[in-house]
Amino acid sequence: MSATKKNKMQASLFYRYFLLIIMTFCINSLDAQSNPLIEKVSQKLSLVNDYTAIGIMKTDVSFIKASLGKVKVYFKKPNLLKIKKEGGISLLPKGGVSVTLNSLLNSKQFIAMESGKQLFKGKELQVIKLIPTDDALDWVISTLWIDASTALVYKTFTTTKDNGTYEITMEYGTYADFGLPSKVIFGFNTKDYKLPNGITLEFGEDDAAVAKQKALRSKKGTIEITYSNYVINKGVSNSMF
Amino acid sequence: MSVIEVQSISKNFGSLLAVDQLSFRVQQGEVFGFLGQNGSGKSTTIRMLLSLIHPSSGSIQLFGLPLKEHRNELLEKVGAIIERPDLYPYLTAQEHLKLFSRVRKKQITTDDINATLEKVGLSNRSTDKVQTFSLGMKQRLGIGIALVHNPELIILDEPTNGLDPQGIADIRHLIQHLAKEEGKTVFVSSHLLSEIEQVASQILIIHKGKKVAEGATDKLLDPNKTIVHVTTLNDAAALLTIQASSFAGNLLPRKDGIYFMLPKHEIPMLHKEMVGAGISLLSVETKNSLEDYFLQVTSNSN
Amino acid sequence: MWKIISIELYKIYKRPRTYIAFGAIAALIVVIQLGLKIDGESYAGFLMKDINDTLTVDGKVLNGYLICYILLQLLLVHVPLLVALIAADMISGEANLGTLRLIFTTPYSRTQWVMAKFIAASTYTILLLIWLAFLALFVSMWVFGTDDLFLMKSNYVVLIQENDVLWRYVGAFIFASFSLLTVTSLGFLMSSMANNSIGPIVGTMSAIVFFTILSTLNIPLFSIIKPYLFTTHMNNWKEFFDLQVDANNEAIKGSILNVAKIKTSLIVLTVHIGLFVIASVLIVKKKDILS
Repeated sequence: MSATKKNKMQASLFYRYFLLIIMTFCINSLDAQSNPLIEKVSQKLSLVNDYTAIGIMKTDVSFIKASLGKVKVYFKKPNLLKIKKEGGISLLPKGGVSVTLNSLLNSKQFIAMESGKQLFKGKELQVIKLIPTDDALDWVISTLWIDASTALVYKTFTTTKDNGTYEITMEYGTYADFGLPSKVIFGFNTKDYKLPNGITLEFGEDDAAVAKQKALRSKKGTIEITYSNYVINKGVSNSMF
Repeated sequence: MSVIEVQSISKNFGSLLAVDQLSFRVQQGEVFGFLGQNGSGKSTTIRMLLSLIHPSSGSIQLFGLPLKEHRNELLEKVGAIIERPDLYPYLTAQEHLKLFSRVRKKQITTDDINATLEKVGLSNRSTDKVQTFSLGMKQRLGIGIALVHNPELIILDEPTNGLDPQGIADIRHLIQHLAKEEGKTVFVSSHLLSEIEQVASQILIIHKGKKVAEGATDKLLDPNKTIVHVTTLNDAAALLTIQASSFAGNLLPRKDGIYFMLPKHEIPMLHKEMVGAGISLLSVETKNSLEDYFLQVTSNSN
Repeated sequence: MWKIISIELYKIYKRPRTYIAFGAIAALIVVIQLGLKIDGESYAGFLMKDINDTLTVDGKVLNGYLICYILLQLLLVHVPLLVALIAADMISGEANLGTLRLIFTTPYSRTQWVMAKFIAASTYTILLLIWLAFLALFVSMWVFGTDDLFLMKSNYVVLIQENDVLWRYVGAFIFASFSLLTVTSLGFLMSSMANNSIGPIVGTMSAIVFFTILSTLNIPLFSIIKPYLFTTHMNNWKEFFDLQVDANNEAIKGSILNVAKIKTSLIVLTVHIGLFVIASVLIVKKKDILS
């Protein structure tokens, strides 16, 4: 090979490596800090170090009959969350409660990609997809619907590694300035429920009618919490969690 | 007034006619002996008197009132023991008397109960459970239950069942006392004819559901109707001779020997005539007990 | 009339056989409570297998209220036998003993005696049920504590709030008393027809088994008679533990899903009790007492 040709090849390699480094740097820079809307949301969330709230919980699962229950919700930064029913048994989607905005955004280990705008309950919202960059995180992808003007997230749709998909819808009221919702609706997929008649000692049912009813059942369930009485940044003990 | 008045009662059990047009009366203060073989209809009749069995036909009055319409008020005045003494094994003698006192309208005190236990000879076993009692003791308690409320009419079906000789004598004295001293009316049936003979003033014999004899004891066992049993060396030949004699009309139609019915004072004449006719006599025996009479009338009915 | 009722109650109280049922119920309940106290979590886990795939259940699921429900489900199938032991012996037992002729020669009519015996047998049944209620409910509440009632039925789950449970148990026990009184009256009827108790006891249980099979088999031929069988209605005490839901699938606190079903069942059971008792009276009135 001639020296000129050798020099040209070396230059080309150098430029390729340089571009690769620059691209890697650029890709690494495409994090939360580089999406201004996500940044605004995070800033809003950071206003709240902890809170205690009273809520009314409604369970809407096709094979569960439950009445409204009073709950108390405890939160502490970065992403400790506990929902406690005030006496009584509570039903919460498995793994879904932990998939909150705080748990999504506080890790900062994701790439945010804007996906256009969508109309949701009469509001035009910015759709942003989050893709985790840390394999240790328990979610695979999450989509957020955000009001750009208020930096309030109205909906998230998250696919977890082990617990299926969760859709969380939020409504805001008095505590919107803190990014705290007045109502949260957890949506999740449900499996079929059946206990053998020999266990429940329920005999004599019309099996055909029961099967027909089951076929009509929705395979999705929701748990809705309507919040009130937030007590914000007054301190919450770790023993609550 | 008759204490018991039975008019033509009958009872069918399917095709079996257990009691057939039976009628009789029992007067106040009488001891009425009701006799019959096993299966003759005695127990059925007694059960009808106590409304345990419904008569197929006929009527029963107690104390002048129809039993059917006045059952509860009439049974208040009646005490009864029927056949074997069946009691509650888990209760004591005292508890039995207390229990059966409670069903009576009249007030029966603890003293009355204790007196009854004394009367039937169970004072020292009053707190023992009946399951530990012998048959005789159960019989006494059964009689006590019949007497605890001081009834006017006492119906005793086989009251001496299971009792020893002393017990039998005690019951005899009790019946006599109830009738003579207390003016009670006692209707008693028994297999012990010798006992009935001693206590009953009136007797009715029932056989195959029908009345075959009824009357005052002393009249039924009439010396003018003495039964004489004659045994000879050759009964068949003797019978032929007797049938030609003046005592042929006194012969009784019995297959188990030679029997006459004749006034007591004619027995020597009978003896003389038979010897005179060449009959080889082995024995001449008078049979004038109730048992003999009973066997006589029941075999006649057969 | 009170006199002879008290006599009949006295006889039941004095009789050793009476206490077998109380002892049997106590033994059964204690054993089941002990088993659930030691290993209840795995039992609850088995029941909640399908639910745990989707939901996290927080709270004391295995509490006294659920234990009581489980006990009632098991025992109210078997207690009828214990009831029959006494009820089916009330008349035939006395006939066998020979004491029937003693009581029927007293100044009370046969109708009065039969009614007194039935009232006494019913009192025994109610006392047995109260004993069952005390052990199954109150002792369970004491041992296992209380919380919401998380009822896992065959095809769905009902979550009843803690302060909405107790009155339902009162209703369920009242209903169960009608069920057991139906068994009492059936045993009583059988007893009026026999002179010893084995036949009526076996007959009562056989009738219950037979009619239960007819009630539970989903064969169209039997569907005509099912609504009229008392066994179809005996287990409807469970209806007290089902809630109505509104249009938003929200359970209505204090509601019962199917009140009409409970009312119908009570009527059917009451009619059965009435018919069995009337038949018993007529049979005893007519029969000749030969024992």
